[in-house]
Amino acid sequence: MKVELEADKCVASGQCVLAATDVFDQDDDGIAILLEDRPADELLDDVKEAVAVCPAAAIRLVEQ
Amino acid sequence: MADTLAGPASGTPQPLPEFPMPREARCPFDPPPALKDLQEQAPVTKVRLWDGSEPWLVTRYADQRTVLGDPRVSADTDSPGYPTKASPEGGEGKLGFIMMDDPEHARLRRMVTAPFAIKRVEALRPAVQKIVDDLIDGLLGRPGPVDLVEEFALPVPSLVICELLGVPYDDHAFFQDNTKTMVHRDATPEQRGRASREVAGYLAALIGKRLAEPRDDLLSSIAGRVTAGEIDHQQATEMALLLLIAGHETTANMIALGTLALLRNPDQLALLRENDDPKFVAGAVEELLRYLHITHLGRRRAVTGDIEIGGQVLRAGEGVIMANEIANRDPEVFPDPDRLDLTRDARRHVAFGFGVHQCLGQPLARMELQVVYGTLYKRIPTLKPACALEDVRFKNDAFIYGVHELPVSW
Ligand code: HEM
Ligand code: SF4
Repeated sequence: MKVELEADKCVASGQCVLAATDVFDQDDDGIAILLEDRPADELLDDVKEAVAVCPAAAIRLVEQ
Repeated sequence: MADTLAGPASGTPQPLPEFPMPREARCPFDPPPALKDLQEQAPVTKVRLWDGSEPWLVTRYADQRTVLGDPRVSADTDSPGYPTKASPEGGEGKLGFIMMDDPEHARLRRMVTAPFAIKRVEALRPAVQKIVDDLIDGLLGRPGPVDLVEEFALPVPSLVICELLGVPYDDHAFFQDNTKTMVHRDATPEQRGRASREVAGYLAALIGKRLAEPRDDLLSSIAGRVTAGEIDHQQATEMALLLLIAGHETTANMIALGTLALLRNPDQLALLRENDDPKFVAGAVEELLRYLHITHLGRRRAVTGDIEIGGQVLRAGEGVIMANEIANRDPEVFPDPDRLDLTRDARRHVAFGFGVHQCLGQPLARMELQVVYGTLYKRIPTLKPACALEDVRFKNDAFIYGVHELPVSW
């Protein structure tokens, strides 16, 4: 599974960082950045949570 | 026939439900029962407001997120169809980007996102802990009873925003007095207005100083945008005021109402008092945000392009209200939703709204509440209400739900 992040949609809510600390971080302006676009299986639940809570629909998990 | 609710063409039309609906006096922590009925029976339906306008009301969790996430809704109160505020008195003026649409909303919001990044907020935690500890020392140095709202819940966010904006220590008393008056139950509209203008004038002057001599604080970074020609001094002041107002009564009401809810649920309070795990405390904050849902008069939007939702079509030029408090009690998402259960996973709540306007201050609000809930009941384990529940006055008509005062002793 591959994570896709559309940074120009991001509203800097920080929710993805809270949900999946190992996969997301924020730049100096609080905009989300991807640490890991192919996270290990054990992180997938966290990433799914991040997808669910992102208020701006900026994160997607795609079959790869 | 699309409009079945309107009744037969010849007879009198069926009256629409009035919004907002009353809460049940015996259940001050629960949303109005009528919202639950609508969620079950008519999840997207028209309601009537005090001014006779008839916006849509959306009550299910999934539908609310869909509408709030749709670019075809506007948060601009001047957009045709925007549902008017709660009451004739309730209309606060337009305040910064919370009432603007993209792309201008995004441009302005991004100017102030930096200090709310998770790591930056974490770096503030020791300062917030000190603010909370000092205030508790102050409480414990007195015999009680005290009003927790006035002596603790309001000062916490006021002092924290001072810290964040970079309000000098010597001005804290002025700042706190005026911000208290801005939201005080007994203040007249004139007094509130005067206090707001005092604070706005103060912030404008302080931004002026930071324009000349920048420091390492949020007001200086906002001033930097003025220097760069991206906004003018007036807009900079509005932005600072928005951050202050949006984070003040909200956080304060979560502290006071949350404390009352915990005192009424001693088993849950005991969990919080006895648990040191920061993860547990963080989860408890999410559950209290979900359960209490203090921004109770709905997220309001104007529809700018037809949206199909829940078997209805919201037309451009109509208003729509998402009653988030009932979404947070949607059994599809939160099993046994009316139970306060600090151990549940409540992270998907919509207490901070949803979509591009979702609360900018949420990382700060979370951290403040984690510090407060994680400290207050441990340091004052005998904390108890100093009046009967029947005597507590709830802010039923206020824009933000909470208690007017909470006398406590220990
Ligand atoms: C527990 C405390 C808080 C709650 C429940 C809360 C709730 C909300 C909600 C529901 C919205 C969305 C409004 C809408 O969609 O129409 C919002 C927006 C906002 N909040 Fe908060 N808030 C809290 C604390 C704070 C704090 C501490 C700050 C900043 C210091 C803050 C700053 C903002 C700002 C700037 C917006 C506007 C965002 C935008 O329009 O893009 N809030 N808040
Ligand atoms: S959850 Fe979405 S909006 Fe929030 S920081 Fe992450 S990507 Fe940005």
